[in-house]
Amino acid sequence: MSTAELHAGVRVGGWSWVWRPWIVLVTLVLAALTFLVFCVSISVGDFTVELPAVIRTIFGQGERVDEFVIMDLRMPRALVGLIVGAALGISGALTQSIARNPLASPDVLGITGGASATAVFLVTATGGAAITSAVGLPAAALTGGLLTGLLVYFLAWRRGVDGFRLILIGISVSAVMQALTTWLLVLADIRDVARAQSWLVGSLDSRSWTEVWTTLWVTVALVLVVLMTSFQFRPMHFGDDVAAGLGVRYSAVRAVLLLCAVLLAGVAVSAAGPVPFVALVAPQITMRLLRTPVPPLIASGLFGALLLIGSDLIARTVLPNDLPVGIVTAIIGGPFLVYLLVRQNVKRVAP
Amino acid sequence: MTSLRNDAARLGAEGVTVGYADRVVLDNLDVSIPTGVITTVIGPNGCGKSTLLRTLSRLLKPRQGTVLLDGHDIAKLKTRDVAKRMGLLPQTPIAPEGLTVADLVARGRHPHQSWVRQWSSDDAGIVAKALRMTGVADLAHRPVDSLSGGQRQRVWISMTLAQGTDLLLLDEPTTYLDLAHAIDVIDLVDDLHEGGCTVVMVLHDLNLAVRYSDNLIVMKDGSVVAQGHPSDVITSDLLLDTFGLQAKVIDDPVSERPLIVPIGRTHVTSKVSLS
Repeated sequence: MSTAELHAGVRVGGWSWVWRPWIVLVTLVLAALTFLVFCVSISVGDFTVELPAVIRTIFGQGERVDEFVIMDLRMPRALVGLIVGAALGISGALTQSIARNPLASPDVLGITGGASATAVFLVTATGGAAITSAVGLPAAALTGGLLTGLLVYFLAWRRGVDGFRLILIGISVSAVMQALTTWLLVLADIRDVARAQSWLVGSLDSRSWTEVWTTLWVTVALVLVVLMTSFQFRPMHFGDDVAAGLGVRYSAVRAVLLLCAVLLAGVAVSAAGPVPFVALVAPQITMRLLRTPVPPLIASGLFGALLLIGSDLIARTVLPNDLPVGIVTAIIGGPFLVYLLVRQNVKRVAP
Repeated sequence: MTSLRNDAARLGAEGVTVGYADRVVLDNLDVSIPTGVITTVIGPNGCGKSTLLRTLSRLLKPRQGTVLLDGHDIAKLKTRDVAKRMGLLPQTPIAPEGLTVADLVARGRHPHQSWVRQWSSDDAGIVAKALRMTGVADLAHRPVDSLSGGQRQRVWISMTLAQGTDLLLLDEPTTYLDLAHAIDVIDLVDDLHEGGCTVVMVLHDLNLAVRYSDNLIVMKDGSVVAQGHPSDVITSDLLLDTFGLQAKVIDDPVSERPLIVPIGRTHVTSKVSLS
């Protein structure tokens, strides 16, 4: 009996994986593109640093003038974009997989709404003092997002978590949070409103290294937990009963991954504001690029990062006035997803 | 074949009571599954037959009583160890759109894999064998959602086979299939039994259950009302008592089993006397 119809394996010592060339290739291309856009994003600004100089500086071989501009001024912004995009992409891939529904992004599940409401509350309550503090606002947004996410999870719990119930309750809680945000903005002083608004559209402006390090380490830790747990998650795409039959303690696995998804989204929102659409669209686009039946985790993170820093680059260069990144992610991501869906329809009808 | 030894049972339930919220579905129930044969659970809708299968497979936790698998209390075994001993096909498995047959069946190896050991040469061999045994090797690269209902069911059975256990629990494997495909799937189950598997399944179709099983468990209102070889168990009285079905039990012209001929209210010739 030949095993030709099966995927080949890669085996190194006692370690073994399935070898899927297309997925590896596309993931590597995405990684390369992300790095390129990252470098270009650093090279453009009030004055241009040539691309080779940027790459040399990143690897510690640059000149001192470049080093100041790149490492101190531009790198934090680009890095936060990279991390936030990756966190949102992975968070979206997780929530969509857990709910088995492409609509289930952190925005829909109330995480972003909760984070926004808390942040706006803090800005208006403290008379705008919070926006200048590096710790207060992100911490409030993170707490708000986490609590709202947990609230939705517990409200949706009824002998296990059902995807549709999760989404419906998420939408309801999001609506309440949005109303709360609007209400706070109506009541607030006009100057606070302007400050809060600039945060609410999602932006990468004026980032410092302290913000970068916190966001980076929290995200890296969460992604590691996600990758370790994701192996146990794979049979869960077939439903809870099949997963249990294959030896998976599905409630525990789902709780860990959902918590990671909520925290990743919370960290992202606290670092860059509620950047819309990345978490919804990145996993869906990546799935279609990689031709996988379920959202891939690593590639979704890479695409989220690419989408976010790409949008930020476009916002700063192509577009006339400095638009916040959140507006551009929606403008680019939406049509691209529609294009992929339509192309799939055409393909299906064609043969 | 009529007396089945209890001590040979690999799987059994002792005094299990199972319920959802305030409703008791199984009430202090004892069953033992004889090894090496096909056991089929039958009974009217809502009698608790799927609940029994779900309890035996550890999907449901009994309020009282124990389920024993190879002499161990199943509640105390690790989920993964249960999966290494017993393959399970639940009623409504989900196949994500675009997933290929080969990838689905390969997932059956999950209980034997770990994060660092995701695809060994053993896995490849066993999956290839499972695909071949269920006759779906030619479909290996097709998406599962493009297959017919019968083929799809074969693929799911193939996945349970890839688990590498000789104890299979199948919850209504022929639901939604037309008769030809149902026979095709259940012939496959019989092949597996011939190959040495112990099979427990829930079936709706009484005549299929009678034809293919060596041991029937007849349930009504959460209790077992009869258990044994179909030839001993199936009588018109039993069918009337448990299912409320008026039927004649005759000799099956193509097998040595009984055949159930239901008697409805209409289209029945006057020769049939309702006893």
